[in-house]
Amino acid sequence: MGIIKASRLIFDYIRRDEEDRIEEVNRAIDDMSVDIKKGDFVAILGHNGSGKSTFAKQVNGILLPTEGTVWISDMDTSDTSHIWDIRKTAGMVFQNPDNQIIGNIVEEDVGFGPENLGVPTEEIWKRVDESLEAVGMTAYRMKSPNKLSGGQKQRVAIAGVMAMRPQCIVLDEPTAMLDPNGRKDVIRTVRELNKREGITVLLITHYMEEVVHADRVIVMDDGKIVMDGTPRQIFSRVEELKSYRLDVPQVTELAYELKKAGVDLPDGILTRKELMENLLPLFGRRYGEREEAEHVD
Amino acid sequence: MLRDITLGQYYPVDSPVHRLDPRTKLFGTMVFIISLFVADNIWGYLLATVILALVIRLTKVPFSFMVRGLRGILILLLISVSFNLFLTDGQVLVQVWIFRITWEGLRTAAFMAVRLIYLVLGSTIMTLTTTPNELTDGLEKSLGFLGKVGVPVHEISMMMSIALRFIPILVEETDKIMKAQMARGADFESGNLIQKAKAMVPLLVPLFISAFRRATDLAMAMEARCYRGGSGRTKMKPLRYQSRDRAAYGAELLYLAAMIGLAMI
Amino acid sequence: MSIKVEHLNYIYGEGTAFSQYALKDVNFTIEDGEFVGLIGHTGSGKSTLIQHLNGLLRASSGAVYYNGENIYSDGYDMKKLRSKVGLVFQYPEYQLFEVDVFSDVCFGPKNLGLDKEEIEARAKEALTLVGLDESFYEQSPFELSGGQKRRVAIAGVLAMKPEVLILDEPTAGLDPKGRDEILDKISQLHKEKGMTIILVSHSMEDMARYAGRLIVMNHGEKIFDDVPKEVFKHYKELEKMGLAAPQITYVVHELREHGVEIADDLTTVAEARDAILEALKKQQRH
Repeated sequence: MGIIKASRLIFDYIRRDEEDRIEEVNRAIDDMSVDIKKGDFVAILGHNGSGKSTFAKQVNGILLPTEGTVWISDMDTSDTSHIWDIRKTAGMVFQNPDNQIIGNIVEEDVGFGPENLGVPTEEIWKRVDESLEAVGMTAYRMKSPNKLSGGQKQRVAIAGVMAMRPQCIVLDEPTAMLDPNGRKDVIRTVRELNKREGITVLLITHYMEEVVHADRVIVMDDGKIVMDGTPRQIFSRVEELKSYRLDVPQVTELAYELKKAGVDLPDGILTRKELMENLLPLFGRRYGEREEAEHVD
Repeated sequence: MLRDITLGQYYPVDSPVHRLDPRTKLFGTMVFIISLFVADNIWGYLLATVILALVIRLTKVPFSFMVRGLRGILILLLISVSFNLFLTDGQVLVQVWIFRITWEGLRTAAFMAVRLIYLVLGSTIMTLTTTPNELTDGLEKSLGFLGKVGVPVHEISMMMSIALRFIPILVEETDKIMKAQMARGADFESGNLIQKAKAMVPLLVPLFISAFRRATDLAMAMEARCYRGGSGRTKMKPLRYQSRDRAAYGAELLYLAAMIGLAMI
Repeated sequence: MSIKVEHLNYIYGEGTAFSQYALKDVNFTIEDGEFVGLIGHTGSGKSTLIQHLNGLLRASSGAVYYNGENIYSDGYDMKKLRSKVGLVFQYPEYQLFEVDVFSDVCFGPKNLGLDKEEIEARAKEALTLVGLDESFYEQSPFELSGGQKRRVAIAGVLAMKPEVLILDEPTAGLDPKGRDEILDKISQLHKEKGMTIILVSHSMEDMARYAGRLIVMNHGEKIFDDVPKEVFKHYKELEKMGLAAPQITYVVHELREHGVEIADDLTTVAEARDAILEALKKQQRH
């Protein structure tokens, strides 16, 4: 059994009027079952309102299932006696960088989690040092969070989660409010944590470029899982993705369009390098042998 | 515009006063304030002046920076001085129309002015030499005994520290919303008081909504990081008294004793 | 009808020890009916620049002319300028405050002192322009989806009937479909209403698709000002500024570096596809 497991999960947002009568029921997750392997980098794609953020909050026990079960490392999230262990195991990074930093100084914010867990002072310092190092923010440890860029704030938030020594990090659209550089920084940081520290990553996003390197991509629509596979499998189904209000990276789209026009290319090209490796032979060239090199020959 | 307001006036230099434990400074500030009310003759005020000057020197904060805080109380100062000046009975010195200045009035007004100015300077030293975090930590620890009678000391200090973090963000946001409404033709400057108050609605509603949204987000983020109140929490930077704090406590008590002594002359 | 910016300087925190150039000798003219893209990384001065165009910020030196009139001249009607040069801020939904969508959109025209009929007519027109029908009028703006809220906010500016519409990252935080909807509406305003558009965006792909002209800002200075295709040829310099060209530009340049004969100014998927197919055909003929 994987580190995150959901079985027949249903979640309803229930709106009640003043007299506590049910006014409106909104099914955000509709019979979802999923099993996520430890150490994987899993991306969940979906348009706004597809249920992907609701699922993220289930993993951390912020929301509890209406029906069905979610297990985090074998702990049932509905069992309230485990709630703090669950939150420690599956840390969470949110969308708005400003609204999740509590400390007035970077290092104090990173120490917030361990303080709550009752970690002894010396150990807190060790964890803070390590976490800041892991996200590359050591140089900013004495700064006020208000002086940082969006991308830097998100990295501080990630360090804050890392300091709780989680096995898994759930990132709920961590890059939606960032500029392209901040976005790249955050994704690079998350990928490194996944590779180097073996942290399981659950990345919720609608930026396709960010999921190209994931181990597994899950597409959600209307509270259900509608696609599930490797990035290559997912991105070879361009039309289907578009039907779920998503789009594909330009390189993939170009490859898809060329293939549709009869050019002999494999399915699901994800990177520029792959496109070049497959396209250049059709011109009688080989990737990496640049024009200049040929002249020397 | 609004961004120019500086809040949490910490002056970052390294000085003996900066290095003191916040609790020592809180106690010192309290002692100084009490001493101002104890003093009732020129000698008391003279000693307070000497001590204040000495401490200001020790903080390494430029004097000009320190007196900036006085601008805020200028009006209050003028009002209380004139009240004392004109409304105290006694030996008349000058009389213009119905305004009468008495010798006693002059004396009380002068002491009142000095007291107010020193009060502000004394607490300014505290805020200039102590980071907001140290300050809240110090308050939490010093007032810890109130927890026994049911005062949520930890929660209050957590609220203060969160407020400190979000004030600059909300100030910036106010600026942004104001500009956005001005781009839609809103006018925050002209008109009478009622019109002006009405013009604030398009600013205040979005600001409140945003503040509530931020509060909800933050509460969720804190819970996600296992925050569950003050019990069972450890500290990354626990407060520990050093020998310099003990020396400072001694000096503070000595000063208070001297002031009481002088008041009895 | 145009916006002309002359030797515009803006010094942030002027007179203090922390003073810093936010804008440095910026010059340009934007003609009626243009679709101008404005790019630059965070802190490059682009947001400061657009706030000068409707007089929300006052330049430290230099001048801004709207339709030939210097907006800093005595007695210039700033309120009128702001109705003619509409500015949609980033995350504009945070400015919504009324109880229902329709009243919120009325706020702008109401401030212009128009009569009730005209105000309502304008609000209706603006909401129609952003694709929100009458079923939305009575709804609370706070209960709409992110993309819908944003369209209400844009309608709030459109209701003032601006001649120029400036949008600061209007698609930030939206999903791909929401993004395309907003951009298509903006493009429609440009094409059908002849509105002058100034679009601030980080997405080079969007710029390549919509903008007829691109102004690149860096450290408060204007670096490039040309049609997008020409600007993207400088992709190496753009990268040094923390920006990048559209992905397609890189594909095209890499093909050229490997000796494939293909034009160097292709920026969209469709253009690249056609050019590559053409080049392949030529290859087969040889």
